[in-house]
Amino acid sequence: MSGTSLTIDSSGIYYRELNEQIRAAVADGVTDFVLTGVKGQRYIATGLAGNLTFTVHGTPGQDMGAFMRGPHIRVEGNAQDGVGNTMDEGRIVINGLAGDVIGYGMRGGHIFVRTDVGYRVGIHMKAYMDKRPVIVIGGKAGDFLGEYMAGGAIILLGMFSDKTYAPICGRSLGTGMHGGVIYVRGEVPPEQLGPKLKCVPCESEDMEIISCNVAAFAREFDESPDLILSERFHKVSPFSHRPYGNMYCPS
Amino acid sequence: MSTAPRHSFDYVKDISGCGVFGVIDKKRTPISGTVAIDAMASMHDRGNGLGGGFAAYGIYPEMADFYCFHVMGYRDEKLEEVEALLKSHFHVKAAEPIPTNIKAKVSMPPKVWRYFLQPRDEDRPQWRELEEEDYVVRVVMHVNTTLGAVSNVEDKAFIFSSGKNMGAFKGVGFPEDIAEFYRLHEYKGHVWTGHNRFPTNTPGWWGGAHPFTLLDWSIVHNGEISSYGINKRYLEERGYVCTLMTDTEVVAYLIDLLIRKHGLDKRMASWVFAPPFWDEIARMDEREKKLFSAMRMIYGSACLNGPFAILVGNSTGLFGLNDRVKLRPLVVAEEGSRVYMSSEESAIREVCGTLDNIWAPKAGEPIIVEVEA
Repeated sequence: MSGTSLTIDSSGIYYRELNEQIRAAVADGVTDFVLTGVKGQRYIATGLAGNLTFTVHGTPGQDMGAFMRGPHIRVEGNAQDGVGNTMDEGRIVINGLAGDVIGYGMRGGHIFVRTDVGYRVGIHMKAYMDKRPVIVIGGKAGDFLGEYMAGGAIILLGMFSDKTYAPICGRSLGTGMHGGVIYVRGEVPPEQLGPKLKCVPCESEDMEIISCNVAAFAREFDESPDLILSERFHKVSPFSHRPYGNMYCPS
Repeated sequence: MSTAPRHSFDYVKDISGCGVFGVIDKKRTPISGTVAIDAMASMHDRGNGLGGGFAAYGIYPEMADFYCFHVMGYRDEKLEEVEALLKSHFHVKAAEPIPTNIKAKVSMPPKVWRYFLQPRDEDRPQWRELEEEDYVVRVVMHVNTTLGAVSNVEDKAFIFSSGKNMGAFKGVGFPEDIAEFYRLHEYKGHVWTGHNRFPTNTPGWWGGAHPFTLLDWSIVHNGEISSYGINKRYLEERGYVCTLMTDTEVVAYLIDLLIRKHGLDKRMASWVFAPPFWDEIARMDEREKKLFSAMRMIYGSACLNGPFAILVGNSTGLFGLNDRVKLRPLVVAEEGSRVYMSSEESAIREVCGTLDNIWAPKAGEPIIVEVEA
């Protein structure tokens, strides 16, 4: 059963009103939304569940898709901070760049960002049972990528970036990380790597995870998966299950 | 009697941080105040109505040779005392109330005046040996540490803007309401900055709103200067005294000290505020290692600790900087001769339909834009 679609011209609509309109429409059975003229409205699709789709034209505001369980969002433009905060399930595709703390505490679903992301992306990401959140970044990342990461995967491609002068990732990559993996296309600059982490070339089981996510990423942005996969990937993960276990109580 | 909500999720929270916005036209083409106002209004929810303000450059072209002092206070007799001090230290070219709209939604507005001033030369009552700008700074400090420093807010009268051909406009209210109060849509300037305040550690009062200024420097800031105590002591040893009860005040005076007095350029000042980490210095070549080690040692007390995104305006430029781990957002965009800096991209999109490019600067990476000669 397919639902109906609705286009909302969001120009000049305060975020609360916009989100109320969306929620009312969802209650009326609308499943596919096109939002035009979005300029900074916060919390778009936040807390929504189920098979909904959103196409966002413009620049959505903070915490888009926070606590979301299921919907697919595609942004034709850039996104700001806090995209997919504590998101549970679904997919967010940003056809542009994204700001800081993308995927904060994310517990499931996928976020694909075509170009660069800001700082502390994937902070506190976690996995549980069959839920394994994945963030794919086409460009470069700021400092503290995967900070305190506990589960899931971040795939950093570094390919689609205007920051020609910048390293693929900022400093303190994976600081405080004790679970999950960060896959980096090419080399990880050793000085950028956080403490208590190992960085090794990817093996075939890693490449399976990378390939299927890269294929989905490439489909979204009409890029060549073969080109993306033509470079060797490295895997950053914690040395042990509890790398900080003795931090305060030396054994 | 009110009772606290039983569950944490029953609290109604204001979820915000401050918001900053700046724009410069490199060809000095005047920009209407509505650009800064509309951009700030679109970030309404980053503040809570306890502070808003703007700085604008190029707004007093007929009076460009005179220092323009903006003065606020509640009591006429206190304002008269400020005026008497200004008259004894300056030739007053003009004095007038700053045009305001008293219907604006602002809280407890004080009286606001502006003076166009030329420093006295041979006939100064004191500080005859000082260079002109030092003399102006000394008078500002003198007024603000005497008439501005009394404990009762309603007895205070102080100078909140002291540059040439520029002005700061600020107070308690949302930025769009402050703009309405000061009728800022009537002004045009080639550089604008704006601020929306969400006070955290210090009171929301008219003097504590941003921007903070000295001479033609103005600062708007989102964040917290945790090093305020160290910075304040360092400044006091050098004649700058903080009286406005907001951490950001130190940045205005540090900028004046580092750039005007010590001759650092903006890039070097940014290295003082957000220095490279020691492990980064260790990887530099010998010459850079020496420079950055020396700067960290000499200017340790001028380093800004804590989260910040600051915009610094002056008559020839706009300069944006983040703390060295980027704990506050800042994006930069260009369109023709204009450069925009903002907490949120959407605020720039609000006032500029098409952009040539947009990016988020890295932590501690200064974005320095100067007008073309």
